[in-house]
Amino acid sequence: MIEATGLTKHYGRTVAVDNLSFGVGEGRVTGFLGPNGAGKSTTMRMILGLDRPTSGDVRIDGEHYRDLKRPLTTVGALLDAKWVHPNRSARAHLRWLAAASKLPYSRVDEVLDIVGLTAVANKRAGGFSLGMSQRLGIAGALLGDPRVLLFDEPVNGLDPEGILWIRRFMHRLAAEGRTVFVSSHLLSEMAQTAQDLVVIGRGKLIYQGTVDDFIANATENTVVVRSPELDRLTELLRADGVSLVADGDAIRVSGVDSAAIGELAAANKIVLHELNPQIGSLEEAFIQLTGDTVEYTAHTDQHTAPAEPAGATEEAPPA
Amino acid sequence: MTALLATERIKLFTTRSPWWSMIMTLGITVGLAGMVALTHAGDRPLTVEHSQFGSQFGLMIITVMAALAVTTEYRFATIRTTFQAVPNRTSILLAKTAVVTGLAVVVGEITAFGSWAVAKLIDGGPELSIRDSGDLRMVAGVGLVYGVAAVMAVAVGILVRQSAGAISILLIWPLLAENLVGLIPRVGDDLRNWMPYVNAGRFLNGVDPEMPLSAWGALAYFAGVAAVLLGTALVVANRRDA
Amino acid sequence: MSLLTAERIKLFSTRSPWWCGLAAVVLPIGFTALLVGQANGGLEVGVTTTQATANLGRSVVMVLAALAVTTEYRFSTIRSTFQATPNRIAALLAKTAVVAALAGVLGELVAFGSWGVSRLLKPSADLALDSADDWRSVAGEGLVFALAAVLALGVGILVRQTAGAVALLLVYSLLVENLIQLIPTAGEDIHRWMPFVAADQFIGVGQRIPDPAFGPWGYLVYFAGISLVVLAAALVTANRRDA
Repeated sequence: MIEATGLTKHYGRTVAVDNLSFGVGEGRVTGFLGPNGAGKSTTMRMILGLDRPTSGDVRIDGEHYRDLKRPLTTVGALLDAKWVHPNRSARAHLRWLAAASKLPYSRVDEVLDIVGLTAVANKRAGGFSLGMSQRLGIAGALLGDPRVLLFDEPVNGLDPEGILWIRRFMHRLAAEGRTVFVSSHLLSEMAQTAQDLVVIGRGKLIYQGTVDDFIANATENTVVVRSPELDRLTELLRADGVSLVADGDAIRVSGVDSAAIGELAAANKIVLHELNPQIGSLEEAFIQLTGDTVEYTAHTDQHTAPAEPAGATEEAPPA
Repeated sequence: MTALLATERIKLFTTRSPWWSMIMTLGITVGLAGMVALTHAGDRPLTVEHSQFGSQFGLMIITVMAALAVTTEYRFATIRTTFQAVPNRTSILLAKTAVVTGLAVVVGEITAFGSWAVAKLIDGGPELSIRDSGDLRMVAGVGLVYGVAAVMAVAVGILVRQSAGAISILLIWPLLAENLVGLIPRVGDDLRNWMPYVNAGRFLNGVDPEMPLSAWGALAYFAGVAAVLLGTALVVANRRDA
Repeated sequence: MSLLTAERIKLFSTRSPWWCGLAAVVLPIGFTALLVGQANGGLEVGVTTTQATANLGRSVVMVLAALAVTTEYRFSTIRSTFQATPNRIAALLAKTAVVAALAGVLGELVAFGSWGVSRLLKPSADLALDSADDWRSVAGEGLVFALAAVLALGVGILVRQTAGAVALLLVYSLLVENLIQLIPTAGEDIHRWMPFVAADQFIGVGQRIPDPAFGPWGYLVYFAGISLVVLAAALVTANRRDA
């Protein structure tokens, strides 16, 4: 259980995190969502006692991180995969971490095996690809077999294979009953990984709750309709006061479900070529909710997630 | 604390810099002692002091090594991983200081006695024998001076966090600034007597009766300055964001 | 010309040159003020006295010059540099020119600043620059600083590593050259050929070499020669190895 209350961090005049309060539930994967620069990493650093909050407080199971004994056995974290000395071998990096937490060195080989780095354990970490560094970081996070895991943008910059590996790994950790708090600016990624969401923009809390509620509350469900008699159907729908927009050779209807549209078409003997209900995506929900709090969005990585409907993510949000 | 010492020991010895600084210090100081012994000629016999000709050189290498032990942690952000594993910053930084200082003392003793032994082997003159406490201090004291200098370097490293800055300060201060202080008319000599590295030199090379401190007093003063700097560094490291 | 512009932008768009530059100017002038301010009738303040602390600035300028190239290696921007200008010698010479010019300006600031502050504090002392030798001692610092920067840049290119280059330059210039003197028999003969000793002979500070091999300007040429040899070695190396 991670509990933040009124967490605030100023860097000079910049307000990185602004009166942020949220909770991360036990045994679930909670996504920490927000655009780049929203204050996710700062929040994570404050959870880990690396940065001091300007005001407010964050506790793990009721304790400040700095007061934890052998903290790696309570909280494992991967904030930045490049936080290793490039001339130190993967094994040596994990060995000093193990020593600091009074863990047996045999645990080092175990975690190396879990993340699949056994073969390169004695190679210098500086020569690792990003994917390998990420695995090494995860090995470090798992070292103390902690109940709580924190990951900051774990799929950032990874190739599709690496993303898949991380995603499976998160599920496995959650299935083992661990609390996983994972940040991302990739909304599609969160839809696939998380059950709960904490959404922030410009350092402020925007939403906290389940992923399903987030999508249901924040998006409008629409139906895509294709027909050779589109003009007539449009007129009939408009006559009923239904709102719709043209979308190429189709129309996008909102406010009524597909059944009602089908019945209306049948009653008027209109042929339908397509009647396709669209489920709102996280992307749409996010843009709807965050509005102008979106500072940057990233696009390209989302193509690796085939389940995503095209659309919202490709549009530049209002600045 | 033993776990923390083990942590810092692993960290130090799994990078290359302590190894090359040990080899360089040993090679250069002992090599210089050998060279001095070989080239020495003339009327004045070779003394114990001559055998320690390269010790200041070794001091600078050890200083750089000790500073790098900290600044590279900041450079590669492993300091964050460190503070994540051990949130009690004071204790882990003290463990680091202890490990680095321990290495510096050992390297200092090996190089000092190594230099003396090489000079003695080559020359064998009577003045090279360690006959009194002053001679012993001149050789065995090198390790202590290296140790205190390592504490100083770790402290400056924590405060400055940057390799170039820390090394520049740590080298320019003893090699140039302390000498320039002595040039200041009237007060310069008095000020110079209170310069830390001047006192380190005084501890090793005997006492000028004009000086305010005894040999061991001078070492204590040098250590005191280092301790104050380290204390400041620990307070600062605890206050600021990692 | 565009190369010079590129290197000028690179140098001044990071913070370290500003900090180093500030320290290089403020430290020696401040020290000179202490030195001269404390002098009473007993100590004779001459033109060369005002330059006694300039080596403090010279040391910092060498750090600046080394950083100008080692940070490029550290952040791999050297690859972007060589990508933009495949003629590595031209790119590195442009960098050398910009850094040396900055070092020269800093040297003049240090020299005339120290001299000026001395005049202010000791109006009675004979500090007028009324001979060619006086001018050489003061205005010459710019040349020494620039050449020291060239040497440091060469070492930076060869070593590529900030800590190594800075440590090597400072330990060599501040310690090794002095230690050499203490070597029995041969020490003095080697010491007189040391580059920074030569630079001091040109300015007229530090210890005087008995029976000097050159006049002051000869020593400057000698110092320049060594700096250029180091730079040339660095350019050849940079051209051969992978960026």
